[in-house]
Amino acid sequence: MNAFLAILQRDLRVAMHRKVEVLSGLFFYLVVATLFPLAIGSDLDILRRIAPGILWVGALLSSMLTLGRLFEADWQDGSLEQLVLTPHNLSFLVLAKIISHWTLCGLPLVILAPVLGLMFDLPGNFVFVLMGTLLLGTPILSCLGAIASALTLGLRGGGVLISLLVLPLFVPVLVFGAGAVESLSAGLGTQAYFSILMAMLLPAVFFSPWACSAALRVTFE
Amino acid sequence: MMNTKLMGFLFKFASPQAFYRLAGQLIPWFGSLAALLTVAGLWVGLGLAPTDAQQGEGYRIIFLHVPASWMSMVIFMAMAFWSFLGLTLKTRLSGMMTAALAPTGAIFAFLSLWTGAMWGKPMWGAWWVWDARLTSELILFFLYLGYIALTSAIDNPIRRDKAGAILALVGSINVPIIYFSVVWWNTLHQGASISMTKAPSMAHLMLLGMLLMALAFWMYSITVALYRVRTLILERESETKWVQALTEVSTIS
Amino acid sequence: MNFELNAGEWLHVQGDNGIGKTSLFRAICTLAPIDEGEVLWNGQSIHQDLPLYLRDIFFVGHKLALKEELSALENLAIECKLMDVPFNELDLLQALAHFGLQGRERVPLGILSQGQKRRVALAKLKLAHAPLWILDEPLVALDASSIQLFTKLLEDHLEIGGQVLLTSHQRIELTGPGRVLSLSL
Repeated sequence: MNAFLAILQRDLRVAMHRKVEVLSGLFFYLVVATLFPLAIGSDLDILRRIAPGILWVGALLSSMLTLGRLFEADWQDGSLEQLVLTPHNLSFLVLAKIISHWTLCGLPLVILAPVLGLMFDLPGNFVFVLMGTLLLGTPILSCLGAIASALTLGLRGGGVLISLLVLPLFVPVLVFGAGAVESLSAGLGTQAYFSILMAMLLPAVFFSPWACSAALRVTFE
Repeated sequence: MMNTKLMGFLFKFASPQAFYRLAGQLIPWFGSLAALLTVAGLWVGLGLAPTDAQQGEGYRIIFLHVPASWMSMVIFMAMAFWSFLGLTLKTRLSGMMTAALAPTGAIFAFLSLWTGAMWGKPMWGAWWVWDARLTSELILFFLYLGYIALTSAIDNPIRRDKAGAILALVGSINVPIIYFSVVWWNTLHQGASISMTKAPSMAHLMLLGMLLMALAFWMYSITVALYRVRTLILERESETKWVQALTEVSTIS
Repeated sequence: MNFELNAGEWLHVQGDNGIGKTSLFRAICTLAPIDEGEVLWNGQSIHQDLPLYLRDIFFVGHKLALKEELSALENLAIECKLMDVPFNELDLLQALAHFGLQGRERVPLGILSQGQKRRVALAKLKLAHAPLWILDEPLVALDASSIQLFTKLLEDHLEIGGQVLLTSHQRIELTGPGRVLSLSL
């Protein structure tokens, strides 16, 4: 447990010294969301309609960009080796890394979403549902993305390669995340969507640290 | 007793050298089967099967489309199987088999998408309708591309095999989830469901044609995979004595 | 190749560049796979109880495993938590003082020189409770006086029954039982 918290503490402390890096993912989300009205026009009716999809895809893209950094720094300075060499369960330690990634790169997206919702004139209850789905969905993105990040450590093609690997896996999260808001606009309930997202989150949290640590050991071959 | 003998027999072929010879012997058989079944399937599909009441002659593309879809799924599952074997038994051959299957699977996925578009255009007027099965097929195609991209980027063969295996397994576990989510998405967004699996009353000959073509594609896949595996074996084991002693290799000047 | 290391002994592996010293050390640490042969710890294969073996070794490689944004003190504190070693600030300060880093404990590592950073990395050894130290080129960027401090650290460790496995291009003189193993093709 000590080691788990130590990793969280280390990542968060380092992030405090590298604020710009952490904020860049957030700014990217903002920029991407802004591009769509510029491309499509400022008709609020249209924007309101497409907002959930755009805000979800934007969050997805931002998450994908930051995934490259999950293990990169640790791998380069040798900290990753030391993690593998601790007597502790590597999966448990990897979970700490995933949680720190989500805290630094996923959670801010959830917090920024309502602000972006304003740009699209999204009604309050829609924003609420959107935030809820992002709150459940972004951890899933961090979990699945961590596997891709571990598999591609040190390879050329880095970020793009991660995106290619991870996009198919993200589709269900996107469908149910954005779909929940759609459902609300159709006047239907969102309960099912949240249940399904939760049903995807729990296995992701249990399964991906294990797959991740297997992938990390493979990287050291 | 029987089990250990069977296991011993199978494990003999887990060595690249033994498998190289076995594959070489099997290729002509599977190749011939593929050719025969293709001829039979096309004859049934193009010649014997009746004209569809609603879709005319254009529907005949399903004799390529449906078997291609099936094969793209089957091959991905085969890749997952070999990946699982490779990670648990740590045989080098498993990684090579997975890598050998991937391009064929990707080709079938692409063929399925292409024939799907060719079918869709005269049917519904658009080259791409976001049908649930076609969309899932597209994502399966992305999974194939991802596997090929990842394995191309890794130089170390052991890391390549294992990383590819992990990706294939994670992907295969997600395929049903992806399919389920796409079907959900499709029913959510489209009122009248456009489906490629229409024609509930398929004439027996149509089914026979599809089945023959599916088997033909299967035999073709095995042939091509065996061929590719042999090439991979030569590449990977090029330093060993038995490879250098092969006539194919020693006569290259 | 076959060798044994008993309590209180050191082994200095030497050889030209590229001969496989690093690969050997990484294999012993389980960071790299072993094609042929095995590693035994206390008479049994390390894979029979891997966490136990990992608890008993400490590896210092080419990379320092330190975060440049954090101070030496913070880095060592985190290291102790990762190793599950109880500590207080005094222990950390003493470890750093051993390597002459007094006054530099609280600044971000990025400010320090390469040699000073390496001394911080080596200070981890003073806090580790592992008997077997596996050190791959630990003396890079160190000046003569630092090398002396390091040698003292190793000898103290050997005296209490620890073991040292190291490789180094620089000369290092250790007293006590131990030998040099030269690798060649």
